[in-house]
Amino acid sequence: MSAQFLQFLLAGLTIGAIYALVAIGFSIIYNASQVINFAQGEFVMIGGMATASFAGIGWPLPLAIAAAVLVAALVGLALEKLAVEPARGASVVALIIITIGASILLRGLASIVWDKNIHAVPAFSGDAPIHVGPATLVPQSLWILGLTLVIVLLLGWFFARTLLGKALLATSHNRLAAQLVGINVRHVLLASFGLSAALGAVAGILVAPVTFTSWDVGVMLGLKGFAAAMLGGLGSGAGAVLGGLALGIIEAMGAGYVSSAYKDAIAFVVILAVLFFLPSGLLGQRSTERV
Amino acid sequence: MRILPARGGGLAVLAAVLALLPLALVNNYHYEVAILVGLNAIVCVGLNLLVGYAGQISLGHAGFFGLGAYGSAILTARYGWPALGAMAAATLAVAALAFLIGRPILRLRGHYLAMATLGMGIIISIVIATEDRITGGPDGMAVPPLAAFGATLAGERAWYWMVAATLVVAVWLALNLIESPRGRALRALHGSEIGAEVAGIDSAREKLRVFVVSAVYAAIAGSLMAHYAGFITPAKVTFFHSIELVTMVVFGGMASTFGAVVGAAVLTTLPQALTVLKEYEMAVFGAVMMLTIIFMPRGLVPTLAALFAGRKR
Amino acid sequence: MSLLAVEGLAKEFGGVNAIADLYFSVPAATVFSIIGPNGAGKTTLLNLLSGVYAPSAGRILLDGRVLAGRAPHEHAAAGIARTFQNLQVFFNMSAIENVLVGRSLRDRCGLATAMLRLPGLARAERAARDEAAALMRFVGLQDWIEAAADSMPYGALKRLEIARALAAKPRLLLLDEPAAGLNPVETQAVDALISKLAASGITVVLVEHNMRLVMGVSDHIFVLDYGRRLAEGSADEVRNDPRVIEAYLGAATDR
Repeated sequence: MSAQFLQFLLAGLTIGAIYALVAIGFSIIYNASQVINFAQGEFVMIGGMATASFAGIGWPLPLAIAAAVLVAALVGLALEKLAVEPARGASVVALIIITIGASILLRGLASIVWDKNIHAVPAFSGDAPIHVGPATLVPQSLWILGLTLVIVLLLGWFFARTLLGKALLATSHNRLAAQLVGINVRHVLLASFGLSAALGAVAGILVAPVTFTSWDVGVMLGLKGFAAAMLGGLGSGAGAVLGGLALGIIEAMGAGYVSSAYKDAIAFVVILAVLFFLPSGLLGQRSTERV
Repeated sequence: MRILPARGGGLAVLAAVLALLPLALVNNYHYEVAILVGLNAIVCVGLNLLVGYAGQISLGHAGFFGLGAYGSAILTARYGWPALGAMAAATLAVAALAFLIGRPILRLRGHYLAMATLGMGIIISIVIATEDRITGGPDGMAVPPLAAFGATLAGERAWYWMVAATLVVAVWLALNLIESPRGRALRALHGSEIGAEVAGIDSAREKLRVFVVSAVYAAIAGSLMAHYAGFITPAKVTFFHSIELVTMVVFGGMASTFGAVVGAAVLTTLPQALTVLKEYEMAVFGAVMMLTIIFMPRGLVPTLAALFAGRKR
Repeated sequence: MSLLAVEGLAKEFGGVNAIADLYFSVPAATVFSIIGPNGAGKTTLLNLLSGVYAPSAGRILLDGRVLAGRAPHEHAAAGIARTFQNLQVFFNMSAIENVLVGRSLRDRCGLATAMLRLPGLARAERAARDEAAALMRFVGLQDWIEAAADSMPYGALKRLEIARALAAKPRLLLLDEPAAGLNPVETQAVDALISKLAASGITVVLVEHNMRLVMGVSDHIFVLDYGRRLAEGSADEVRNDPRVIEAYLGAATDR
């Protein structure tokens, strides 16, 4: 395996893990509420920016990270309570505009609360490059891959073993039935937003030491996370992971071998390709429409 | 639901307002804003046909706007084409693109449609920003003024009349379409797609047609903008601009042509008026979007009309 | 000469046969009723006939020609119009506009003609409106001509759908439970309307649960059960068929 190929592969896997985390967030919310949360990317941004702030005022990194995730989760809960809940039953167009409006609002607030500059977040364990065969990796990449794996496993356990997780799954399969067995669907909805926000924030925190963070990183990361979710199959957790890794690799290979200028376009070409040729994604369910 | 005032009346009111507005425009800056409003309004009238009447969504219309603008710019600046010819060519190219892309995209619904148009718009903006040898890249390019029949359109006042006249024509065409059998077919599609289909309406073809029409509106406005500003950058082709346009339509009134104009007027002047709060522009915009949809889902003009007319039950 | 013929028609959803092995033919200008318990596949059958579903097997012949078009608008172009059990009224339009949409196939209006308001359009529109108003009077909606569709009561809306279907001047009219949710007076009006329609030469395929209406107005009754033919014949034959009584009608007579 050539050094270049390995390098691209590792880079692709690393960013793919980030996309996977964002994509899982999309899927969780979509499953619980049929809403595509265009503001998902902003949770990613909040995670990175809040960590930078807290670390900047001197807090130890683990504390800063925990606080940042908490802030993002709270914002997610607020979003559900203040924007999504009042619009229950609104048309698809309306819901899209609400979450887009929320993302713009959050971005605007971010530019006020913080500023429009780029911020650095310290890497978790330094910058000394690690050699993997002919390629090199920064330690942060290992953190990204490792922690993503841990999170995915934790989520698997959460959905299979805990009451809240099972409630989330039940609601996603059939809201009415879930209500009838006593699941408080409103709480489930809230929890899904909080959880997705936390996931997004973690993604943002993991990637910030590598790519820096600023008030508007959320847009692209959010959209690419969405592309990954679509690729894997909207609503499928495993699909989100698969889609994220696949998108990361496609992007890295495309940028490396074809054209680095059009790197960002790759995700959107993927979106269009999936929508045109395989709307249910790689692992999603094909639905039959009943008239 | 007859939401609009009688069409003749509405058009006359619009024409009167546009004719008298210069009395209130004190300096060049005011004219600039008015022209901007007019151009956005033209795009919004077209977009409203797609979003408000046909019930579809497009999060990528800034792409068509940008292609119209860059088409005119490149053909006139780099190849020396006459302005009107360039505008026609750019518009035709955009119509062709909308026709080709529209076919597969409009088979999608709801969120999927939104994402597809989003993807399309962003791809267009990335291509424009990246092909800098033709487009000047992120720094943009200069555009020669609009010259036709020996005369050159220059100065704020002349451009104001040009844009105002174009807007009136644009609104007139849109109103005609809405009240025609074609327009009824569109509104029927929005009311119940299956009901429309069994009545013989080819929903795919109708959606495609209105998509192309709305793209043409955007392209023409883009061409005018390029010549007016004398300069064009990718900033006008962004995702955010697409969102701005949809917000104007939603805010002003879905399925209301005059609502689209009002929406464009309010949401174009608002950020300008809030120059003091320029920092807060984005946050305010986002808040406006959310609050409008939550509390005024039909938009400003239809909600006001319902309030004044009382409910006919 | 039958206007509509169905041969070996079947429709399955994910392994479940909603309709299987159907054969029947409908002579022109008659009223052909389809009855059966809930879930028997009646609406599925109408969806197949109007193009909303594509058959899994079998053919549909209109006037001897196979209806190959899958899209509903192509079925409509062949001369089939229908109403819906769950109203598909255009609530965003006025009543008369709903009826005008029904004649979309007859309003050849190009984009340029529409946007430029070319001459001839206004005249055509006026003629169309007059005809639509007449249709509304025909179905008894003379009080609602200029009303907004979302202001009309349920019974009127059901008749509005019929007017809309008639506006297409169809050869075959599919009525999906037109009397559902109506009071006896309104049902009587629908009964009279269906007779009027058949008398004027339109072929009617009627899906209904209201047995009095069905027995009174039908030329031929087809009983569907679990997607298959259970029995068919005249009102008397069906009414007295023991299989039909067991599956659907319950106790024997209706007064």
